[in-house]
Amino acid sequence: MFASRRALKLVAKKYPSVTTNGKRSISLLVNSNGLNEEQRMIQEAAMSFSETLLMPNAAEWDEKKHFPKDVIKEAADYGFAGIYVKEDVGGVNLGRKEASLIFEALSTGCVGTSAYISIHNMCAWMIDVYGNEDQRQKYLPSMTTFDLFGSYCLTEPNSGSDAIAMKSTAEDKGDYFLLNGEKAFISGAGDSDVFLVMAKTGEKEISCLIVDGDTEGLKFGKNETKMGWNVQPTRAVIFEDCKIPKENLLGSRGQGFKIAMSGLDGGRVNIASCSLGGAAFCLDTATEYIKTRKQFGKPLANFQYLQFKLAQMATDLEASRLMVRNAADMIDQNNEEKTMYCAMAKYFATEKCMDLVDYALQMHGGYGYLREYPIERYYRDLRVHRILEGTSEVMQLITSRNLLKD
Amino acid sequence: MKVLVGVKRVLDYSIKVRPNAAKTAVDLKGAKIMNPFCEIAVEEAIQMKEKKKAKEVIAVSIGDKTAAETIRAALAMGADRGIHVLTNQRIDSDLQPLAVAKIFKHVFEENKTDLVLLGKQSIDDDANQTGQILAAMLDVPQATFASEIEFADDGDLIVTREIDAGLQKVKISVPSVITCDLRLNQPRFAKIPDIIKAKRKKIQTLKLEKLDIDTEPRAKTIKVDNPEVREGGVMVDNVDDLMSKLREDKII
Ligand SMILES: Cc1cc2nc3c(=O)[nH]c(=O)nc-3n(C[C@H](O)[C@H](O)[C@H](O)COP(=O)(O)OP(=O)(O)OC[C@H]3O[C@@H](n4cnc5c(N)ncnc54)[C@H](O)[C@@H]3O)c2cc1C
Repeated sequence: MFASRRALKLVAKKYPSVTTNGKRSISLLVNSNGLNEEQRMIQEAAMSFSETLLMPNAAEWDEKKHFPKDVIKEAADYGFAGIYVKEDVGGVNLGRKEASLIFEALSTGCVGTSAYISIHNMCAWMIDVYGNEDQRQKYLPSMTTFDLFGSYCLTEPNSGSDAIAMKSTAEDKGDYFLLNGEKAFISGAGDSDVFLVMAKTGEKEISCLIVDGDTEGLKFGKNETKMGWNVQPTRAVIFEDCKIPKENLLGSRGQGFKIAMSGLDGGRVNIASCSLGGAAFCLDTATEYIKTRKQFGKPLANFQYLQFKLAQMATDLEASRLMVRNAADMIDQNNEEKTMYCAMAKYFATEKCMDLVDYALQMHGGYGYLREYPIERYYRDLRVHRILEGTSEVMQLITSRNLLKD
Repeated sequence: MKVLVGVKRVLDYSIKVRPNAAKTAVDLKGAKIMNPFCEIAVEEAIQMKEKKKAKEVIAVSIGDKTAAETIRAALAMGADRGIHVLTNQRIDSDLQPLAVAKIFKHVFEENKTDLVLLGKQSIDDDANQTGQILAAMLDVPQATFASEIEFADDGDLIVTREIDAGLQKVKISVPSVITCDLRLNQPRFAKIPDIIKAKRKKIQTLKLEKLDIDTEPRAKTIKVDNPEVREGGVMVDNVDDLMSKLREDKII
């Protein structure tokens, strides 16, 4: 509505396709239909941030595997560090729909940065909701300013989809828990400060512990070499006889798995939103590209096959958006079936958006495969959304389990 | 100092404008934005407040009920409160600078303002008249096309104006009217905490028809049409070809 118009000028040189040059009246880059005035302003604010601070730098960050902590810190100023955290501890206390709009907008510029911010928000929310007053006051004022970065630690080398089969233990030693074990694939690890760790406090009892970054015995693996998400580190987190004070137990003993899963409902909507933004960018870019690229004496856009393909991509994007925003609303309404709807939204959106980006790359021909063009980076970044915070298969498992339950 | 800022709602400049079917005006369908020069005026007013030079910043918009959204955007940038002068007259054509200036004069006097910051023009009618007319009607100094505003020790304002000959500095007392040019500042982005705060700020609505102001348009639009389509040219190989072509078409 206001700010991003300026921002658009700034990126016009780099990505001519994202600017509306007067000839185009329709772009699916953002959809504000059905949003109220405040939501539109929020979307606009996030687009402005994305266009000025993320998009111009994302390719370089990806190339250099640079985690842009300074820019992420700046995001806190905009309210992005505690989107659905309460205001008394510095959050902006918005709903999940607003969060989805923000992550979608941010990921048009940089998928990996947006995704990390989403994980941080999930952690902050877990402390806000399940934490006691001391825990909230101790961590959240610094998390909502990004003075502390959060990490979510559930996966282990030998338990991914079957997360409940984890081996990490937190033995009750009277006034502390003795934490031992290894978590794998932890986003942000090595650069983050607050770890929400799911570990066994009994044979069939999983609890969630808040582990400070400076805890003795806390170690990190090397930064994994990855296909995408290169703008944020992924490391193993190793606990060797870490003494975790009793007051760092989040929620009650045995509640850890439930806490972890309830965080993931929103997390899945957020990750799906990151797919939306990436796909929207690629659709926009491909649309512009086929209008200008000529083969067989005419613009590619004149071939009906590509026209239909484009229509299909746009339809998939819109359908995904509707599902994701609906799932977000269901979390806000605390609908009983929210977990299933979040799973369906993540499954559908991350798969469809991946196909979309794949075909946007195809439309670019050989150029799409080059790093000089942004599409291949979005392709690499979006691919992991079908895997993490629950794979597509696990999303189908959750959905069918709900459908078949008596 | 109390600062009044005008914020006009205009058609997004990235939309290709078209005449309406009757060719009497521009088709207003499509996204709306705050007039970019107004946005600069808001930013300047907020900076004055941050420098403790302004006590209150009031954003004023004239228009239908959607104009409140533009005021809300100004409030999210940092303005303190809004005044919405409600009218269903078309603000891009029917409500003309003279009428707008009269409305601003009314608001200025009602609110005992010290400074009016306006955009130098709005990107719909491109009139560039409101600030000048308003200053004349209020009988106060004016500085148009401002690219810098400084505060003199005696309370006056030193305004750098962008004029054809270069930059001109004028010293004006308050109350006064300043119109803002493109290079005055870089407007900020609204942040979510500010957007939320803006929700709680007050917007006062005044019905234009109740203000007893003659807003009758003085200029009449005869026709609005697309510019003529440029005819395709031909490529010539050399200067000789060019000369003979020009002769052929009787241009030289
Ligand atoms: C870049 C990156 C960042 C990550 N960040 C985090 C993080 O911050 N915190 C965290 O805790 N984890 C994180 N993860 C881990 C991620 O959540 C897991 O990789 C994911 O849950 C899958 O687990 P897995 O890799 O062990 O695969 P597996 O569980 O071994 O699955 C392998 C394949 O088998 C399929 N499969 C498994 N079970 C079934 C079944 N019952 N029916 C049908 N198919 C099945 C899976 O869908 C998958 O295709 C991250 C992963 C990556 C790649």
